[in-house]
Amino acid sequence: MLFTSYGFIAFTAILILLYYLAPKKCQWMLLLAASYLFYFFAGPEYLLYISATTVTVWLAACAIQARGDKTAAYVRENRETLTREEKKVWKEKGKRAQRRLLVLCLLLNLGILAVVKYAAFAVANVNALFGAAGLERRFSVPDFVLPLGISFYTFQALGYLIDVYRGTVPAEKNLFRLGLFVSFFPQLVQGPISRFGDLGKSLYEEHPFRAETVALGLQRILWGYFKKLVIADRILTAVNAVIREPETHGGAWVLVGMLFYALELYADFTGGIDITIGIGQTLGITVKENFMRPYFSKSIKEYWRRWHISMGTWFTDYIFYPISVSKPMLKLSRWSRAHLGEVVGKRIPVYLSSFAVWAATGIWHGASWNFIVWGLGNWVVIMVSQELEPLYGMFHRRFPKAEGSFWFRAFQVVRTVLLMSCLRMFDCYRDVPLTFRMFGTLFTEFNWNILWDGSLLNLGLSAVDYGVLLAGLAALFAVSMAQRKGSVRKRIAAWPYPARAALWYGLFLAVLLAGAYGIGYDASQFIYNQF
Amino acid sequence: MKKRKWLKIAGTVLAVAVSLILLQELLMPKYIYDITEGAMIREYYGEEKDHDVVFIGDCEVYENFSPAVLWREYGINSYIRGSAQQLIWQSYYLLEDTLRYETPKVVVFNVLALQYDRPQSEAYNRMTLEGMRWSASKVKSILASMTEKESFLDYVFPLLRYHSRWSELKAEDFRGMFRRERVTHNGYYMRVDVRPAENVPEGRILADYRFGDNAWDYLDRIADLCQEKGILLVLVKAPSLYPYWYPQWEEQVEAYALERGLPYLNFLELTEETGLDFSQDTYDAGLHLNLSGAEKITRYLGAYLREDIGLADRRGEKALADRWRDKLAAYEQDRDAQYEKYGMTPPDR
Repeated sequence: MLFTSYGFIAFTAILILLYYLAPKKCQWMLLLAASYLFYFFAGPEYLLYISATTVTVWLAACAIQARGDKTAAYVRENRETLTREEKKVWKEKGKRAQRRLLVLCLLLNLGILAVVKYAAFAVANVNALFGAAGLERRFSVPDFVLPLGISFYTFQALGYLIDVYRGTVPAEKNLFRLGLFVSFFPQLVQGPISRFGDLGKSLYEEHPFRAETVALGLQRILWGYFKKLVIADRILTAVNAVIREPETHGGAWVLVGMLFYALELYADFTGGIDITIGIGQTLGITVKENFMRPYFSKSIKEYWRRWHISMGTWFTDYIFYPISVSKPMLKLSRWSRAHLGEVVGKRIPVYLSSFAVWAATGIWHGASWNFIVWGLGNWVVIMVSQELEPLYGMFHRRFPKAEGSFWFRAFQVVRTVLLMSCLRMFDCYRDVPLTFRMFGTLFTEFNWNILWDGSLLNLGLSAVDYGVLLAGLAALFAVSMAQRKGSVRKRIAAWPYPARAALWYGLFLAVLLAGAYGIGYDASQFIYNQF
Repeated sequence: MKKRKWLKIAGTVLAVAVSLILLQELLMPKYIYDITEGAMIREYYGEEKDHDVVFIGDCEVYENFSPAVLWREYGINSYIRGSAQQLIWQSYYLLEDTLRYETPKVVVFNVLALQYDRPQSEAYNRMTLEGMRWSASKVKSILASMTEKESFLDYVFPLLRYHSRWSELKAEDFRGMFRRERVTHNGYYMRVDVRPAENVPEGRILADYRFGDNAWDYLDRIADLCQEKGILLVLVKAPSLYPYWYPQWEEQVEAYALERGLPYLNFLELTEETGLDFSQDTYDAGLHLNLSGAEKITRYLGAYLREDIGLADRRGEKALADRWRDKLAAYEQDRDAQYEKYGMTPPDR
């Protein structure tokens, strides 16, 4: 069920109605049933995967909690008799047992993810290696159906498990309540990857009907549909025209495709998240923001703090930090500082931890080399910009007025957008050699006249479409600027009724009339559905 | 305070509903000057409904039979409920719909529709279905006709289907919001121009000449419904040279007509009797008849309905005759205008 399908809209509308009619204590149960129903519509066979993850994570979390409680209780009861050393030994023993449970559950669930998502990729690469080595042996490539949102719900569930292990959150005793956390339907499709500590509370609370909250939620949903249907799905036609025929779209076309894709991806992904957060809000549930105007970032590092925030923090908290403070890494750090000197030595552990994060980020996005290269491309750019910091420092000492000036900030923003868009080309063409080849044509094919000679009208978009796009992007830009002063919707809520009613109705009409949906437009799923 | 709040809500809902209805009316195609076939089904509801004969079918009925001739020469009051590529289940549900308003003595059904067993085209579906008034028959017809990409909701709220037409609106869209001119003469689509039939292509070889089960099922349902209502069902095959009418298809229809005891007229085999001349009587090289051709075969059918079926001459009924006087005037006016448009001389001048 696509977010943009009539079925989904009807499903959500009926759910909201039932949610507020149902007894308050049953609201979360209704949400669980709806989430599983939603998942059932996506594919009944997928239910097995999500149920397996839920049950195993629930069992492991409860066992980890029980083991921790048992150790703590023993130490507390024998406080007087145990020596400090004995207490330490007991605690370490308990932690080891907890770790075994954690690792077992992680391996199991990451194993499921690896098999359904990455097995084909791995086997294809092994076969390619055999071929390159001149060996006849070939393995048959498995063909698993990828369950909807498996990367999102697996990471969300495992994040919760690690939090329980760390003692950050208590284990949820009720399997069904945990089931709702894992399967909450608006975020199943494309995230965000919520934390139990953030989402859990409002998910199970009783929510009385509040017209203002529901209205704010609906407005957010509407804005999400505007981004998705008016901007992303319209520009998609042009992106496809450029990308699917690379032979005839080199040179300046690559730049067009690159920038159009950057816009499409932003409108598509943030639009989907707006719908998710909006649905949560209509139900009284707080889903954390996943974007903070990323295209206004002045560096790639900042960009990644503002784009897909929940994924970035997940990788930082559950991969970067654990690797950074792991015993082998600390050992390596000590060794490298001793043998390679302070300057180089201190960088090696950071570089390696970041490398692991970016390789994981890349492969999380998809089982193909283009995503891995894209992830590592980000790593290279971040590391290089980190190494160039002394150079930037020299520049700013030489030109002290530049830093903080509007034009310099604008330069930084444009540079970041262009860099990110360049890296996204791997995602766009989905073929590493082709991406490099097409990037090369930017410097070998000089067809810049296509930007003004009317060729842009051959991409499946009419002049009217470009007009709608420009208007939509202008609205997007204006809202982004206004967001810097706080919630735009809350400020609009303070307007006189006719003005705000006209504004929201105008937005509704814009989606209704200018949305790229229905016959004549190919229904497109959200790009992040595929990850 | 509470009253004021409710008034505000009611006012908003009303304003939104009215504006959306107006917007929908504006954006829906009017089918007045282009692709007029889309306006045909709707016109029936503005009629006095006491027809002796109702034609049901696709372009082979609405372009080949002229109710004006049936009235003028035989006093038979008839109407054509046809639209472009009208599929057999659409014809069935249109018949059901028609029988909600009247029970004619004869239903004429053109058998070419048997060639389609599955939904074909959204554009043609729209032209047939949008004009139907809402009823259980319309719902069933939509559900039976939808292609894979179509959605029932788009039929309930056509604004969802035509939402992007705002960039191609013409003056007729604004004019047609409240008033639509008639495009047919009791369902007959008139064309007077001539394009002789030359080099008519042979039918391509088919893998299977049997009509589909779904198509047969709906023909059965048409026959059953007529039988139940005491209506005589007459099967016809209009004299279009293509789409090609295969002998194998002819055999199946003949066998069916025989089995069900239904009269069947294949006008392709009656060219001598009707006097049809494909160098004069078609406007698109044999696909459809022009006015001259339509009048010829309608005369033959009128004689058949009068003499073989025994339909009465109703020209003596004053109210009906008055209605037809106006209709015939419009018919002749349209005919003359078309002759002028195509630079032709009317045969009776």
